[in-house]
Amino acid sequence: MNDISLKDALKVVGTRPVRPDGVDKVMGRAQFGGDAVMPGMIFGSTVRSPHAHARIIKIDTSAAEAMKGVRAVVTAADLPNITSEEAFVGEGPMNFRDLSCNLMARDKVLYDGHVVAAVAATSTSIARAAAEAIKVEYEVLPHVINEMEAMQPGAPVLHDDIFTSGVDPKPTTPSNVVKRMEFAKGDLEAGFAAADKIVERTYTTAPVHQAYIEPHACVAAFNPDGQCQVICSSQGHFMVRAYCAKLLGIDISEIRVTPAEIGGGFGGKTLVYLEPLALALSRKAGRPVRMVMTREEVFRGSGPTSGGTINVKVGAKMDGTITAAHAEVILQAGAYPGSPIGPALMTCWAMYDIENASAVGFDVVSNRPKVAAYRAPGAPISTYATESAVDELSRAIGMDPIELRLKNAAKDGTKALYGPTFQNIGYVETLEAAKNHPNLQAKLGPNQGRGVAAGFWFNIGGESSASLAVNEDGTIALVSGSPDIGGSRASMAMMAAEVLGVNVERVRPIIGDTASVGFTFVTGGSRVTFATGTAVCDASDDIVKQLRGRAAKLWEIDVEAVEWRDGSAYPAGDNAGKFEPLSLADIAVKSGRTGGPIAAKATVNAQGAGPGWGVHVVDVEVDKETGHVKILRYTAAQDVGRAIHPSYVEGQVQGGAVQGIGWALNEEYIYDKDGRLDNGGFLDYRVPVASDLPKIDVALVEVPNPRHPFGAKGVGEVPIVPPMAAIANAIFDATGVRMTSLPMSPPKVRAALDAAGK
Amino acid sequence: MYSPTYAAPTTVDEAVGLLANASGAARVLSGGTDLIIQMRSGRLRPEVIVDIKKIAGTIGIREEADGWHIGAATPGAEIGEHAGLCAAWPGVTEAVQLIGSTQVQGRASFAGNLCNASPAGDSVPGLVAAGALAVIVGKNGKRTVPVEDVPVSPGRTSLAADEFVYEFIIPKASGKTSDAYLRFIPRTEMDIAVVGCGITVTLDASGTCTAAKVCLGAVAPTILVLDDAAKILIGNKLDDATLAKLDAAAQAACKPIDDKRGTIEFRTKVAGVLARRVAAIAFERAAAR
Amino acid sequence: MSKTHVTCTVNGEETEFLCDSNQTVLDVLREDLGLTGSKEGCGSGDCGACSVLVDGRLVCSCLMFGSEAEGTSITTIEGIADGENLHPVQSQFLKHAALQCGFCTPGLIVATKALLDANPSPTDEEARYWLAGNLCRCTGYDKIMNAVHAAAAELRGESA
Repeated sequence: MNDISLKDALKVVGTRPVRPDGVDKVMGRAQFGGDAVMPGMIFGSTVRSPHAHARIIKIDTSAAEAMKGVRAVVTAADLPNITSEEAFVGEGPMNFRDLSCNLMARDKVLYDGHVVAAVAATSTSIARAAAEAIKVEYEVLPHVINEMEAMQPGAPVLHDDIFTSGVDPKPTTPSNVVKRMEFAKGDLEAGFAAADKIVERTYTTAPVHQAYIEPHACVAAFNPDGQCQVICSSQGHFMVRAYCAKLLGIDISEIRVTPAEIGGGFGGKTLVYLEPLALALSRKAGRPVRMVMTREEVFRGSGPTSGGTINVKVGAKMDGTITAAHAEVILQAGAYPGSPIGPALMTCWAMYDIENASAVGFDVVSNRPKVAAYRAPGAPISTYATESAVDELSRAIGMDPIELRLKNAAKDGTKALYGPTFQNIGYVETLEAAKNHPNLQAKLGPNQGRGVAAGFWFNIGGESSASLAVNEDGTIALVSGSPDIGGSRASMAMMAAEVLGVNVERVRPIIGDTASVGFTFVTGGSRVTFATGTAVCDASDDIVKQLRGRAAKLWEIDVEAVEWRDGSAYPAGDNAGKFEPLSLADIAVKSGRTGGPIAAKATVNAQGAGPGWGVHVVDVEVDKETGHVKILRYTAAQDVGRAIHPSYVEGQVQGGAVQGIGWALNEEYIYDKDGRLDNGGFLDYRVPVASDLPKIDVALVEVPNPRHPFGAKGVGEVPIVPPMAAIANAIFDATGVRMTSLPMSPPKVRAALDAAGK
Repeated sequence: MYSPTYAAPTTVDEAVGLLANASGAARVLSGGTDLIIQMRSGRLRPEVIVDIKKIAGTIGIREEADGWHIGAATPGAEIGEHAGLCAAWPGVTEAVQLIGSTQVQGRASFAGNLCNASPAGDSVPGLVAAGALAVIVGKNGKRTVPVEDVPVSPGRTSLAADEFVYEFIIPKASGKTSDAYLRFIPRTEMDIAVVGCGITVTLDASGTCTAAKVCLGAVAPTILVLDDAAKILIGNKLDDATLAKLDAAAQAACKPIDDKRGTIEFRTKVAGVLARRVAAIAFERAAAR
Repeated sequence: MSKTHVTCTVNGEETEFLCDSNQTVLDVLREDLGLTGSKEGCGSGDCGACSVLVDGRLVCSCLMFGSEAEGTSITTIEGIADGENLHPVQSQFLKHAALQCGFCTPGLIVATKALLDANPSPTDEEARYWLAGNLCRCTGYDKIMNAVHAAAAELRGESA
């Protein structure tokens, strides 16, 4: 329907209107998870393990239950004992049994902060006091935090039913190594033999939290007739519904989930922590229950992403041709299987057209909170190592880092290590955009350095639903199933307005609850503008078709003789007859006479999400005496296909880059010797603050994706992939010292400088 | 269920009476930016909270003959807005403004920072280096002590249960005297000091140091007053040799711990770095007097 | 347990409430006064999502007891607009797309208003340090700073 190359023909797409939910948000009226109210609701709290690894001997809830105001106490005994079953509900691999045990420990607690009981009472303070009154008797077991230690023979074993998969023969004794994965192509040995220079190094990263500012929150009611209502902040209310149904053993039709505004997620709200507990408490108490995590609970109990250890070896000829590349990636899964090892391996060499390459990985459990998706899950960890190694290689052969990347860049027709052959990709254009950015002309002073790194993310499509209704006055009601985490309502309305030919203010977008719109997969993987946007465009196309039909009816001509332009029906040509154009509003007001209300819905399982490419260039200044790294300049170039609302596209790139800066410099989970989290708050879990940062300059590259009506590609994940390596490479440029361990915090930088005698 | 009593007395006697007669633990509330967090986390559960901010003199800044009188609960933001005090003691006033965010500045006070008795309190080294006094009131009346005598160990002060800090007195800086404070933190804001250093110096007309006081925070259980370091400065100008000795003296005095905010090795090295940098600022300011 | 009776002004209206002695101003605003625009992101003064003005002074409402509010005048995000007319800080945040999820936005708007009340022409560095206590995890602060400077210009009567 649209020629995606004709950007100039677009009237709405590519502009920057005020977002439709904006006024509520700047006036404090937007309703987030913790703001929602149900009549007669009471308040829940949880009891969490103080031990990293322990057997639960006994839970005594009697004192709590006897407290005035306490209405329900729930332990694992109140939840169905789920059998092992793979789940394809949220982002990343999951097992229903693991999720159930993660929600509420059954026999063993596997990390500091693991929930063992929940309580509901007439006030939050009573609920918290009651939680303290629940006495849990533990048999403390030896624990293991670090992934390399967890792999060693003799390490404390978390699960007696994990036998490493992907190795031959399959082991007969359980261990913490869940699986081994491998991707390989070509002949690695021959490739390295052909190289003039080879670099090889080990890198480590620390687990980092998504650190959304809104703690997890929900309110839930379990009615006596079995019908359940949940209002919550999540990245997918259909995901919440599916998990609640499975974990509580009830039919999906009994549960209606309404999405509240969501205060950030970044992947961390693609699974459930509170909703099934709130429903279980509500069932027992006979009252709706609100649960809101404290910040400490968020850090201790909800998923960070993995830390890991990465060994990289890469070689090139003196002309810059990369002849072979190998990465071995070991990722922490947390207490239950499911690190993002797959995408970590698949992404780490995706920027390169290399004949001989391999990536081998291990998924390893240890006594940490179960990891959750975090923006391009896995890719930032492995890419930190591979892009650091490529930087080292570029210096070894004396080639500019962007030129080296251009020489080996993945292009249309490149077959990726993980299988597919790339089409319509904009990586070379993105490298050129970075190379030509004026920031690269800035002169560097003493102790200053410049670093470059690239990053890749697949972007995904998948199942989405949307519906449009033409109101009596010609305005449009737009309903989609994707929670709006960063302004997607604006882009949905813009795409509908573009197709319909109306002003964007005429389209009012909302997110439907699970009973009001068809199934829609989570907001994650950089899929919403692509997949849900496609559904919105499909439904809008259907509306246009109906509008033409109604005009044809009014004019008493054939529908084929009616064309739709700029929001009005016109006769297609002189042969069609002479009629005054009919606007959308004209047709809407007469819809009763022409066949009834005009509405459409579309469901898609969108395929062909164009992969995303980012190239970041950062200038830093290193205080060699304190190890403090200051970000001076930051440039992020990215192929976004087509920016529907460029401000929010830039915002995604800037936000992702800054999360990467935090990951690079200061963010980490710190455990004490007993395996307890030592920095579970924003004071010592140090996310970037405004004064840490310069402007984040964005260069948007638009190589359209032919599989989207306007050419859009996913945007949100890619920008968190390059920053860590870019900063490490800049620190090397400034000091001559290569930082091989994240975070590159001042004590570590100073120690590395001292060790190198700098 | 835990439910403390809140009281907002309007006189010193009333406040002292509440503290002296409390059946359980009592805590003084000034800005509350530490107390409320500690109560919320369950680390502290006082029976009685005595809010001293309604007592005349606990908020505000007066210039008197014996020095600057600063009400104990005066928020950092108000201190930062006081042009006279900021000009007289730039280091002291910059230090208090480093505590937390702008929002925290709206509440946080010298007294709270001091009596929280964290070795990392940002305002304390500067106060000590400036020779500030704490005026303490209790059932036995009023006593005035050097600020460094208040904290005795992490979380503990020398104050009796019935006592609280009423105000601070910072002497007037005479002649070519000035001060500076710097701290090291991983970010640029919002962190607890990994190391803090406050220095006050007096110079003669030639730029030679005639008096000095050097203090370090966050490198020992309480803040350190470095007499050796002061001796290195006295009689010298700000030359490389003096700075190198100062650096070494600061490092030698450190008795830090390894924790989530820094290692022993790192804290020790940075203490030396900060001492040099702070001395340079203090000398420059004093010379400009 | 005994509750404290507090009389104060909230967004220009005289307001009375009863609070437990360990309830914070944030708890009172959200739970008792129905003013849920102020958010709890941390409960420890580290995120700024609960920022309010007390007698014109910017504070974290999670770090002040409700009992301490006696006799004060409190302005929350709900009191920043003049009726239905957005304050320039609010309209510039919208215009410059200075929000994504919007959870930190109320605190940032209150803090920005306090900044521009105190300093009508902040440098970028001054604005960034003033707002360092307002964490935003979505935007990287870039568009927030654009909105702050545009609002400052508008309030100074310059065409943005």
